[in-house]
Parts: sequence; C-alpha cells; structure tokens
Amino acid sequence: MSDTIIQVRNVYYTYMRGTPLARQALAGVNVSIERGELVAIIGRTGSGKSTLIQHFNGLLKPDSGTVAVGGRDIWRKGVVLRDIRRKVGLVFQYPEHQLFEETVAADIAFAPRNLGMSETEVDEAVREAMRVVDLDYDALCDRSPFELSGGQKRRVAIAGVLAMRPEVLVLDEPTAGMDPRGREEVLAEIRQLHETHGYTIVLVSHSMEDVARFAERLIVMDGGAVVMEGSPREVFRNRDDLVRMGLGVPQVTGLMAELAARGLPYAEDVITVEEAMHTLLPALLRVSGRGEGEVGA
Amino acid sequence: MKPVIRVENVSYTYDGGGPGEVDALLDVSLEVAGGELVAVIGHNGSGKSTLAKHMNAIFVPTRGDVYVLGMNTRDESRLWDIRQTVGMVFQNPDNQIVATTVEEDVAFGPENLGVPPTEIRRRVDEALSIVDMTGHEKSAPHMLSGGQKQRVAIAGVIAMRPRCIVLDEPTAMLDPVGRSEVLATVRRLATDEGIAVVHITHFMNEAVLADRVVVMEGGRIALEGTPREVFSQPATLRRLDLDVPQVTELAYELRAAGAPLPRCPLTVAELVDDIAALVGKGARQS
Repeated sequence: MSDTIIQVRNVYYTYMRGTPLARQALAGVNVSIERGELVAIIGRTGSGKSTLIQHFNGLLKPDSGTVAVGGRDIWRKGVVLRDIRRKVGLVFQYPEHQLFEETVAADIAFAPRNLGMSETEVDEAVREAMRVVDLDYDALCDRSPFELSGGQKRRVAIAGVLAMRPEVLVLDEPTAGMDPRGREEVLAEIRQLHETHGYTIVLVSHSMEDVARFAERLIVMDGGAVVMEGSPREVFRNRDDLVRMGLGVPQVTGLMAELAARGLPYAEDVITVEEAMHTLLPALLRVSGRGEGEVGA
Repeated sequence: MKPVIRVENVSYTYDGGGPGEVDALLDVSLEVAGGELVAVIGHNGSGKSTLAKHMNAIFVPTRGDVYVLGMNTRDESRLWDIRQTVGMVFQNPDNQIVATTVEEDVAFGPENLGVPPTEIRRRVDEALSIVDMTGHEKSAPHMLSGGQKQRVAIAGVIAMRPRCIVLDEPTAMLDPVGRSEVLATVRRLATDEGIAVVHITHFMNEAVLADRVVVMEGGRIALEGTPREVFSQPATLRRLDLDVPQVTELAYELRAAGAPLPRCPLTVAELVDDIAALVGKGARQS
C-alpha cells in the first residue's frame, strides 16, 4: 500500500486575484508525494514550482482544490497550521539570508523554541540537527552564523528547519548561487538526509544534470500545470518537449540523441556520464581496433 | 591591439595589519583588449570579484598597478574617466534597476552624464537592440523575467558607451533560459560591439564561449588559456573542484580508457562530430 504524505488535488491559485494584475500561477495541479521518496520539481521561472511548494505547508491557500498532509485536508476546520508547518519543513531560496541570530545555536533553536518545545528539547533538537547536516556543534554553536562559508551558512539554515523534526523537507533551489564546492556539499547533505536519515525530500532545481544524479522521481511543471511525471530516465526521453519548455536534458542525454540522429543509436536512456561511458567505450575501442587492422593490411 | 585593461603584478590585502588581514590577490597580471571576452572562473574567496573591483577603481592595489586605457587607477583625478570607461554589471538584477519603465532605466546613466535628450533616445534604442529587448521600452522592469531584467541592466551600462564591461556573476540567479539569453548577449558585446568584456563566473560551462579563460584560486591565476587549452587539463580542474561540462568529462574518461578521440570537446556538437567521424568509417563498411 502506498503511503502518501502530501496530496494536492486539482489546485488552482491566482496571485492578486480580482485585480488587473491577477496572474494565474496554478491551474488544476494534482501531485502526490509518497513517504520516503526524493522528488525533484523542475520547470522554468514562472512555471508555478515555488507557488506549488508553498501550498504543501499551507503558506498559500488554494482558490479551489485540496491539499492534504498525512491524509488530512489542511484547510479543514480544526486543523492547526502550525502543526502542518512543523510536519512539512520548507527551506526557501537563499535561506541564509534569513539567518539573524547572534550564534549558530540560537539561530537553529529559533523555530523549535517558537513551537513551544522545552529548553532541554530545544537543545537536543539543535544538536541533532547540526549532527545531521555535519556541522560540528562544539566548534560552531557559539560562532556568529555570518562568519561561516556560504555552504556552511546554508546548512545552518537547513538545520534550522530540521530542528523542528519535520516529516518532509521541501527545498526551493537549494544550490542556487553557490560555487561548485558549496553545491556539491549541499547536494551530498541532501542525499544523506534521504539515504541515512530516511527523510522524504522534495526539491526544486534548475540543474538537469543534478536531478538526473539525485532524484528518484521528477515532476515537470509548465504554465502552472504538471505536464510530465516519472523517473528521470522516463522524463528525459522527451527531449524535444523539455527543450520547448526551456528546460533541456543532461548534456550526455543530448549527446546520445544527437548520435542516434546521425544513425549511431548506441543506447537510449543515458542520463549520467558513467552510463554514457559504459555505452560508448566498447564501441569506440572496437572501432579503433578495426582501424589498426586496416592500416596493417 | 592596445589593451583596454592592464593589470600589472597586482596584490591586494584586505584589512592590512588588522586582525582580519587576508591576501585576496597575489601578483596577478592580466590584459584585456577591445573585442575580447575573457572569462574569470573560481570559487568564492578565490579573488575573482576582488580582481573585478580593481578594474574600475572600486579598489586600488596594495602593490602593483591597474591601467584603464593607460590611466592608472591610483590617479584620483581620472576616477570619473575610468568609471565611464569601465561599466559594471552585478549578480542580482533587482538591485540594479532604478526606474519604473525599461527605457527610463536604460536612460538613467546617460542622463546623469548630461547627454542631450535626442542622443539619449538614440542610445537607449541602440542599447535595447544590442541586448535584444527592443519592444519592451514601456514595460515595467519588475514584470520581466530574470534574464530580461539582467539584459536591461546590461543595456543601462551599454548606454554609457563604456570601452569595457565587467560582469560579476551575471547569471547566478537565473534559470537556464535566462542564463543562455544573458550569455549570448555577453558574447555579442565583445564580437559585435568591440567592447572588452570580463565575465566573472563560478561555472566552467559558461566559459566555453570565451576567447580566453582565467582560472583563479587562492588569489592567484592558477590556469589561463583558450577554453580548449584550459579544459584539456582535467587533473588541475578536478584539484580545483571546478565544474567541467559533462561532454568534456566524458571525452576525458573515454580517452583515458584508450578511445582514440582526437581532441578535448567543448560542446555536444563537437563530441558528436568526433564520434561520428571515428565510427562512421566502420559503419559504412558493414
């Protein structure tokens, strides 16, 4: 039996509804997130990704349609939104811009303290969150968050959400604007949260190469609707559609498609460098062997 | 060709003698000529932004000299001329837009320079055409996409008629479409307009379009050359944790395993050509 943790049904949402500036951002979206999966949402700017994830924890209320978390409609009377926001932890873009406390520990403690945890519980939650994102508590707890590197700051911000002990972690472009070292650091952290700590993770990303390596399932948005869904391998088969939506496919997937167009159909469905390597190397070595034979003859 | 920017043995120390003393640049030399696109790559803290800020006298060197069309950036009497010669574009387009319509925004710089109104009109139209934003004159900047906003910011700099434009991570906050729009514009500034262009970025795959790539690490130039020369040194690039395009990485792995590929490809099209040329022969025989 599937264990759906977030269920979005037929959701419509319009910004500044009823004004001349009204803009429809979601038009009949259906999405479900299963417990324990790592899902990536892709789509160009304005496709509705950020609007959708703000529905996951009740930051935005749908004009029509329903959002359920753990099987309960979050907009039904009697549901306390604070509980929903604790269950579904949302990490915004550039979350380090929201760091504000004097010390790393105080910053991470902010949300759990607001949720009314006791000081002992708060302290425990902070230590655990820092451990999970590989920040050394003893070395960093009293440091100012503003003295840290970009990758560390972002991990402090993620720890601040993890300290609420959410069931789902939703991250909006967690690697945006970071240098390659910082990006690898944050992506490795996310993978570890998923694999080692069993978190359900939803992330919004602009990098097709990254989602090909990390995600188990992709949700593709365009014009406020979900237009494709499936494993990265399934989704990246639709290269022309993805390019039309301003998205594209990983470079190696494009390479194999171009080779196929030249009559060299080695393998379909290649989405990583390793896979391309396994596919192409035998063929290229065979050709070079034959080439040498001809020279000799 | 005489360089527009000449950086000579420049070192720069933040907070010299103070508790936070950091050597941000160490003996860096670099020249950029008109019509040339130079990509400067490196991680946070590698010194690339510090270098950029030397090019229009936001910083002056601790040691060494920077010349802009022969003017030493230490010469305060030439500060105005230097800033007019070298325009800067930054990461976040939202922080660079000042007016309520696109054309007013682009006109802002030349108006401040005291350019006559008819000339301003001409420059605004021309600048918007160069960044491919003609037709958006009356649009409100905040309604544009990130890539469009960044191109308006670039048009605002072009309208001041600089000889050099320095762009500090202009694509960092953009989606893939916005990114390629801005990259194409950056390339055109050098090729079509003859401007000396310095493009600071984190991303190796954006350097493919440059004439020359400068890789910075720890305040020094770690690697310099054409994109192909630089990309052919994957061991060094890996040591620096830099992001190599997937096709370049794949070709490197294939060559290391004995596949007879002739060169280090920079684009998908190049690797497709190389593989087709190799295998095509065998395919026709069978």
